[in-house]
Amino acid sequence: MTKAFHYTGLTLGYLLKTAILIVFVFPFLWMISTSLQTYRETLSYPPTLMPAVPQWINFAQAMSAGPFLTYFKNSAVVTLAIIAIQLLVMIPAAYAFAKYRFPGKNLLFGLVLLAFMIPGQVTFIPVYLMMADWGIAKTLLPQIIPFMSNAFGIFLLRQYFMQIPEEIVEAARLDNAGEFRIMRKIMVPMSMPALATIALFSFVSHWNDYFWPLIMTDAESIRPLTLGIAMLRETEGISNWHIIMAGNVVLVIPILLVYLFCSKQIVKAFVYSGIK
Amino acid sequence: MDKQRLGETLRPYLMIAPAMAGIFLFVLYPVVFLGYLSLYDYNLMNKAKSKFIGFDNFAEIFSREDFYKSLSNTVIYTAGVVVLTLLLSLLLAVWLSKKSKFNVFVQAGIFTPHVVSIVSIALVWLWMMEPNLGFLNYVLKALGLPTSEWLQSSRSALMSVILVSVWQGIGYYVLIIVAALQSISPSIYEAAALDNANKLRTFWKITLPMISPQLFFILVIMTIGSFKVFDTVKVMTGGGPNNATNTLVYYIYENRTTNIGYASATGVVLMAIIALLTFVYFRLLSRRVHYQ
Repeated sequence: MTKAFHYTGLTLGYLLKTAILIVFVFPFLWMISTSLQTYRETLSYPPTLMPAVPQWINFAQAMSAGPFLTYFKNSAVVTLAIIAIQLLVMIPAAYAFAKYRFPGKNLLFGLVLLAFMIPGQVTFIPVYLMMADWGIAKTLLPQIIPFMSNAFGIFLLRQYFMQIPEEIVEAARLDNAGEFRIMRKIMVPMSMPALATIALFSFVSHWNDYFWPLIMTDAESIRPLTLGIAMLRETEGISNWHIIMAGNVVLVIPILLVYLFCSKQIVKAFVYSGIK
Repeated sequence: MDKQRLGETLRPYLMIAPAMAGIFLFVLYPVVFLGYLSLYDYNLMNKAKSKFIGFDNFAEIFSREDFYKSLSNTVIYTAGVVVLTLLLSLLLAVWLSKKSKFNVFVQAGIFTPHVVSIVSIALVWLWMMEPNLGFLNYVLKALGLPTSEWLQSSRSALMSVILVSVWQGIGYYVLIIVAALQSISPSIYEAAALDNANKLRTFWKITLPMISPQLFFILVIMTIGSFKVFDTVKVMTGGGPNNATNTLVYYIYENRTTNIGYASATGVVLMAIIALLTFVYFRLLSRRVHYQ
């Protein structure tokens, strides 16, 4: 009797958890289904769950609504450039903050933490004016250089560097290794998990970013994918959901594929950043 | 001082120089610049025509109804998101905290919306919430429940935006709480079991205090994050209908080209609110939070 009761409870638990899962996954399936429907099918009641014939042409139509190849290239260039510059700037800074003692260190590190607290939603007007002043408003730079110092990354990497024993660094110095060599041969290889976390984090947040490029880009030629997709509602008409969802699939699928294959690392990266 | 010693002394400064330059140039200086702009009637076309007007922009902010509307919207939005997310993620996390393959799978599923662009999320939900053809109203009708106008009525629009934000964000918080729950040593629970403490009591007296640092962390980042809400509003409602979803950042965004001084002053107010919230949280809650 109790055993049967136990199994019923277990099954019920599974069912409920599956229901929760559906709540979070269904909208994506719905997006994919709509992207393959005809316009008539999107209007039908009850809603069409499965399109009769998949309409691959919707993708062609969505992609011809604007220079999507350019948008895609812009997103890729901006995201990769940000990650590369951030790592180059971050590694020596975190190393100095972790392994050196110098006057003003605490104050300067305090400024890094302060910068971490000040969001782009506060600083965007002055930064935009600066970019216009410098004459680079029509390039990709305003989407890249404001992110050169990743305060959160410096903080995380410094924590990691501090755990690397002093003796290893000292031994390398006795062997006449320069500081650059120490970073390249010791610090970086020993902190790969932290660096991967930071890079992954930057990738997800800048590939997906909408607010900053919206502010910084006046010209079509420098817009990223997120803006191009959001604009489909204006260019393709607000009721053409099959076209809008087709564009949306193009934006989501790369990230979803990455997530499907390394969800474990991504989940770990996010949890790590939250706990430490 | 000889050359080598000087080099040694300067070296750490050189190493942090690029990072500090970025922070000064793109975070700290802009904050100062923002303060400066907020005191001007700034003319974008002809800077020479900009006029210093002292605190007039601030006086205007606090006398305009649309500012109070966007402020109250932001506060309601923040309260809604924080309370709903905290309760639901705590519930889900406790339920999913047992280490099993299926639980990990469900956690990964709930987390999925967090890695997807908010633009996609907003577009999908805009379609699902469409009043006549959308999937949500179809489900409500099929279940015999009253349908909703969702984003298209000023009565339900803000609630709809809150719903989408909670849906998107919750997976991250579930993960953090699950990790916190799993880090509690089983011996503590064994001790509680020996004392015949019931489940609810164990939860209140042991589990909750043990994970309070993480809950506190979540509370802070969620409040600050919610105060900055913009993307969902911009894509889904454009602040409407009838300003029902106009939030602070959206308000600044709308004024940014027509009235830079006024928009900057509102930015200063937003920054002050965020700073105050952070400060108050740390003062009030740090005493009640249990650290090992």
